Amino acid sequence: MIKHLLSMDQLSADEITTVLDTADSLRQVTDRPIKKLPTLRGRTVCNLFYEASTRTRISFELAAKRLSADVINFSADSKSSVAKGESFKDTAWTLEAMGVDAIVVRHGSSGAPLQLSKWVKASVLNAGDGQHEHPTQALLDLFSIREHFKEFDGLNVAIVGDVLHSRVARSNVKGLVTMGANVTLVGPPTLIPPQAKGWGAEISHDLDAVLEDLDVVYLLRVQKERQSEQLFPSLREYASVWGLDARRATRLKRDALIMHPGPMNRGVEIAADVSEYPRSIILDQVTNGLAVRMSLLYLMLGGTEEVAA
Amino acid sequence: MSGSFLLRGGRVVDPSTGTDETADVLIRDGRIEAVGAGLSGDAEVVDCSGLVVAPGFVDLHTHVREPGREDEETIATASAAAAAGGFTAICAMPNTDPVADNAAIVEKVWALGREAGLVDVIPAGALSKGQRGEKMADIGEMVRSQARVRLFTDDGHGVQNALFARRAMEYLVAFDGIYAEHCEDEALAAGGQMHEGERSAALGLRGIPAEAEELMAARDIALARLTGCRLHLLHISTAGTVELVRRAKAEGVAVTCEATPHHFSLTDAALDEYDPNAKVNPPLRSESDRAAIVAGLVDGTIDAIATDHAPHALEEKDVEFQYAPPGLVGLETALGLALTHLVAPGHLSLLALVDRLSTTPARILGLEGQGRLSVEATANVVVFDPNATWTVDPQALSSRSKNTPFGGRTLTGRVVHTFYRGRPTVTDGAVKAGVMV
Repeated sequence: MIKHLLSMDQLSADEITTVLDTADSLRQVTDRPIKKLPTLRGRTVCNLFYEASTRTRISFELAAKRLSADVINFSADSKSSVAKGESFKDTAWTLEAMGVDAIVVRHGSSGAPLQLSKWVKASVLNAGDGQHEHPTQALLDLFSIREHFKEFDGLNVAIVGDVLHSRVARSNVKGLVTMGANVTLVGPPTLIPPQAKGWGAEISHDLDAVLEDLDVVYLLRVQKERQSEQLFPSLREYASVWGLDARRATRLKRDALIMHPGPMNRGVEIAADVSEYPRSIILDQVTNGLAVRMSLLYLMLGGTEEVAA
Repeated sequence: MSGSFLLRGGRVVDPSTGTDETADVLIRDGRIEAVGAGLSGDAEVVDCSGLVVAPGFVDLHTHVREPGREDEETIATASAAAAAGGFTAICAMPNTDPVADNAAIVEKVWALGREAGLVDVIPAGALSKGQRGEKMADIGEMVRSQARVRLFTDDGHGVQNALFARRAMEYLVAFDGIYAEHCEDEALAAGGQMHEGERSAALGLRGIPAEAEELMAARDIALARLTGCRLHLLHISTAGTVELVRRAKAEGVAVTCEATPHHFSLTDAALDEYDPNAKVNPPLRSESDRAAIVAGLVDGTIDAIATDHAPHALEEKDVEFQYAPPGLVGLETALGLALTHLVAPGHLSLLALVDRLSTTPARILGLEGQGRLSVEATANVVVFDPNATWTVDPQALSSRSKNTPFGGRTLTGRVVHTFYRGRPTVTDGAVKAGVMV
């Protein structure tokens, strides 16, 4: 298994399948009364978060604890050494000096996890870097899709919204294309980089035109500041042209999935009622994130030494 | 008295006369006394067989960082780096702290250059006070100062306001000054980290489109046509800008331009691992842009190779990519990159290379004592080995800063000796000790 998880580029279809299969068996642990495995006992995992996060940080923390690792959380906020002006590199070396085995890093600067991996001996897991990648999100999304469809070959997946600024989109396109799905990126031209054609995805600016063929519609969060950057006229117009509302949802195939990485802007990219439809698996994604992150920590840090009980 | 040297048996390359032949060069009392075969005389003999003897290089674009950031570079250390790179003149950019926008600052830079005594330090002046693009700097006073400023620029920034650009050009005509532009439309380039293209999209870094440079280049060419001012476009980086300059020259507009070694030797592929030392402005572009820069140097559309030597402190560069300032040090790798990427593949002859590194930039700045090896000329001379290979070691650079993306790279072509005003500043590749403090 890879030492660092920085980008979905690193994983072949077989390796992705291994991660998902391992997550499948680890998930059974979470259904037991005692939800803990001894695999990473004595290991230390540090969550190093330079950006606010709820689900990813808690998910990683819980995943490490379920595997019996010691977990430390470092948020680069007003109470930390970063507020005193400590550089990223010095912070990395400080953690290294304390002997951590893995660093889970979320950073607003694209490429920061790759830079970090060159400075420390610990394994680095990218928990989202700038507008680059969010590989664990892509893996949990693949896991969630596989639960419903078993195979990826021939699945039609649309990723809708702000692809330009989205690390989730970059990682998901790579993962889905690697696994054999057909991916279409949908949104206004101001939010879809034309170079995305080179990623193996189709591009469409018309959600209504692609809706009926979809097996998965994946909605991206629209950040409110994009409106002030004149990337579209208003959130209202965005919602009316590219949002998934009840009217559009009725045109989806009966078994099509509705996904969102969270946190949602209800009423913008997704209507409030649509987000609560049975085929909306947004909360399953969160649940599955725990199993997938356990799988990654297990495979990257301790997999060969002990077998899951 | 600075001694006498007989440079024996080198390949003498002098674009000012079109010379490219084996000859001896006799330097005496700061001047070139004779050039020819079988010279003799009472002078220290320097064996130049297998080496090229050329006029010292002239860099139109050096950030010396003094005054203000002496931790990154001083005029003395920049001069040492320049001499090590075979330069005998550098044009010091005005984006210092304080900005060189008045006679007192440019005279100080000029005086510190003389004190260092390793190269001619030619101060450039700012176009606008504080380089804010609003009020005109003391242009006439800088022209008439001891520094005799010829080239004016707000480099670091492009002049965003077209009316200000027009007024500055009109005013400069009175002094035969050069309006030099850092072409960048800041609205289009805002937040940009690298060239906009496939790689920026994949790396998740905001792109700077080629058009951000080309729009301002096109505007300035139109304004130069309108005003009759001499225009020099700094560090051009895109195929579109090369074509704009090519057409403007054909039309007779008084425009010159320069390109950097990093823009003819690297592309945005150098950013694949988010190396902050490869972050530079204008950014490293696509392969087709790089090829167009080479073609522009070949056909003379691009007049000069200039380094845009931009030292930065380690603590400022050794950070997350998006927080690193743009810029790289270039004085000591310029010749090696040019020989490796332009001469070795057969794009440029040695004569054309020396023209772009010395004779033409000297002519642009109006430097009588630079860019030629003719008898009676000031003895500003570089002797280099066009075949020697060496590996770039950032820690071994004479520059006070080490921010180069070329560390570990093997280059062909190395400076052996540099003579500045007849005095050796570099001997056997080493900057002379004791010249600077």
